[in-house]
Amino acid sequence: MSAISTADIHTINNLLEQHKTLPGALLPILHSIQDQLGYVPPEVVPMIASTLNQSSAEIHGVISFYHHFLTHKPGQNKISICLAESCQALGSTGLEKDIKQRLNIDYHQTTKDGKYTLEPVYCLGNCACSPAIRIGEKIYGEMDINKFDELLEALVTYKVELT
Amino acid sequence: MNSTCASIANRVFVSLDTSALSKGSEAVAERIQQYLIKQPDMDVTLVRNGTRGMVWLEPLVEFETAQGRIAYGPVKPEDVADIFQQQPFSGLNNHRLCLGLTDNLPWMKKQQRLTFARVGLIDPLDIEDYIRHDGFTGLKNALSQSPQAIVLQVKESGLRGRGGAAFPTGIKWQTVLDTPSEQKYIVCNADEGDSGTFADRMLMEGDPLVLIEGMLIAGLAVGATQGYIYLRSEYPQAHKILNMAINRAEAAGYLGDNICGSGKRFALEVRLGAGAYICGEETSLLESLEGKRGVVRAKPPLPAIEGLFGQPTVVNNVISLASVPIILSRGGEFYRDFGIGRSRGTIPMQLAGNISRPGLLELAFGLSLDELLEDLGGGCKTNRPMRSVQVGGPLGAYLAPEHWSTPIDYEEFAKINAVLGHGGVVVFDDTVDMAVQARFAMEFCVVESCGKCTPCRIGAVRGVEVIDKLTDVHADQGQRQQSLSLLNELCDTMELASLCAMGGMTPIPVRSALKYYPADFGLAPLLVDPRSTHQENTSK
Repeated sequence: MSAISTADIHTINNLLEQHKTLPGALLPILHSIQDQLGYVPPEVVPMIASTLNQSSAEIHGVISFYHHFLTHKPGQNKISICLAESCQALGSTGLEKDIKQRLNIDYHQTTKDGKYTLEPVYCLGNCACSPAIRIGEKIYGEMDINKFDELLEALVTYKVELT
Repeated sequence: MNSTCASIANRVFVSLDTSALSKGSEAVAERIQQYLIKQPDMDVTLVRNGTRGMVWLEPLVEFETAQGRIAYGPVKPEDVADIFQQQPFSGLNNHRLCLGLTDNLPWMKKQQRLTFARVGLIDPLDIEDYIRHDGFTGLKNALSQSPQAIVLQVKESGLRGRGGAAFPTGIKWQTVLDTPSEQKYIVCNADEGDSGTFADRMLMEGDPLVLIEGMLIAGLAVGATQGYIYLRSEYPQAHKILNMAINRAEAAGYLGDNICGSGKRFALEVRLGAGAYICGEETSLLESLEGKRGVVRAKPPLPAIEGLFGQPTVVNNVISLASVPIILSRGGEFYRDFGIGRSRGTIPMQLAGNISRPGLLELAFGLSLDELLEDLGGGCKTNRPMRSVQVGGPLGAYLAPEHWSTPIDYEEFAKINAVLGHGGVVVFDDTVDMAVQARFAMEFCVVESCGKCTPCRIGAVRGVEVIDKLTDVHADQGQRQQSLSLLNELCDTMELASLCAMGGMTPIPVRSALKYYPADFGLAPLLVDPRSTHQENTSK
């Protein structure tokens, strides 16, 4: 794990300053850090703890409780595959295998080139278009491995803006 | 959008709903914009609306005509120029994608849209458009009534929590009203985690102002001045739309220190969840809002008495809160006149999974699934026989065809050991292995349990193990019988001893799969439940 940069520390301090007075500030703080850096680096835990006057254990406990927060730097594109029932009914189990094979990684892993990180998700609310996946902030439906290949191709070719 | 301009110009509608976007509605909208730029003499406004709920027809394009809105779908970008050349604003035509008047489509005609009345009709972010369609009428009425009078209207409507637990909303509000406190809260549970459900999302993306209005009315009713919408992080589009809607409502004086000049105060904020299914449970949600692990609290005290930050708190689902404005504008009695038995009003049913025509229908209670699955849903998307439907999310029962005629009603579903939950219906064809689905129910509980109580935390792990033993091809009948009684005992423990519905209801899908589909577990029908007369379909 590489240490975070001085610029990152500056960013984090600003975010802490911005959010610390909110009632129940911890989740908004964690979201803002992950939105900026792509993950919540372990180095920030003591920084958050001292800002909120809580113990590092408490902060770590919250981060580890929620599936959404990543503690390792993810690839450029976070890909989430829906594993819930509606998507299962239309073949997500097969799709899941195909995608893992295509990227040659398992869940919570990043491809060697640093481009993709794969995560499971239980429901994207796109159940009328199962199976569904999410890449960045965009949700795609009626997915199959051919469409997935096209999406990857588009990501590589056009550097699609994902926000 | 300029409202006077919009009423003169021809209007064309393309949805910005997540499902519509996932089917390519953005590219269609872009193509329409490009087309219109090249036709400067055409006075046309493109409106981005919510979805009508006919998701299989998305991207759906609607044109406003003298007869009403005419729908085309599913439209691809390359169809755009072709459709415009058919003079779509002058009425029906025989373009191959022309579906006719939207309101006359069977899917729309079947419904009683009360809560979703404006979804798909209006521009979700246009306050003027909202008001033109009866928006804020409920709020105006509420502002002229006493808190107790508002609560009485909601009680009279018979509205019950649409998140799944079906607790009477008016009674919850009464408790908060009766609990004195300097600070009270309205919390909207928008952590719609059940697979097969998307009603909350569709409403928040298609008519966010009705949710804001419902929360305002709740605030006036119980004396709360701060509201939070706890939204799941899996809904980026709803997040964007809600925040924009809140900003606009603030700017227009509907939120803030002086609501509509009444001197009353209400502030509203969206807070994002972080991918924990359990945070849909109200006490776990409150812990999460307070910035803690989403661990379930023991009840009592009820959140209505000691909720967020220890203060009296109304926690209601999106659909419950969004149903309040029409109750206040048309009266509790109007709402109560829909429905049957103790299930009053309407419920949005969501058809999902393996079905030809998936989407959302808002219906008065009382219809049966049969009427939805074949006629409207069009059977399985894979053209295979339908074998099972799971109703009410991952903690709901798997129902066999013999139960599909059960009326959509909370009590009728309880009689068959099933739940309506949040109204999600996930359809499976005859290739489904119900033992795999039962195992998944336990597995899901392993992943999503908050870990506070033992029956859920450990029970789910043991559940996966014992289902694996039960379905082990090398097991003999004696070993299977043993695994089966162990599984039944485990289900009893989870049901009776878990702290919340997560562990308490995980046995529902497991037991229903066992009861209706014993052959999938390698069991003979009689071995499971001597009372069951169901003939197992062995055609798979």
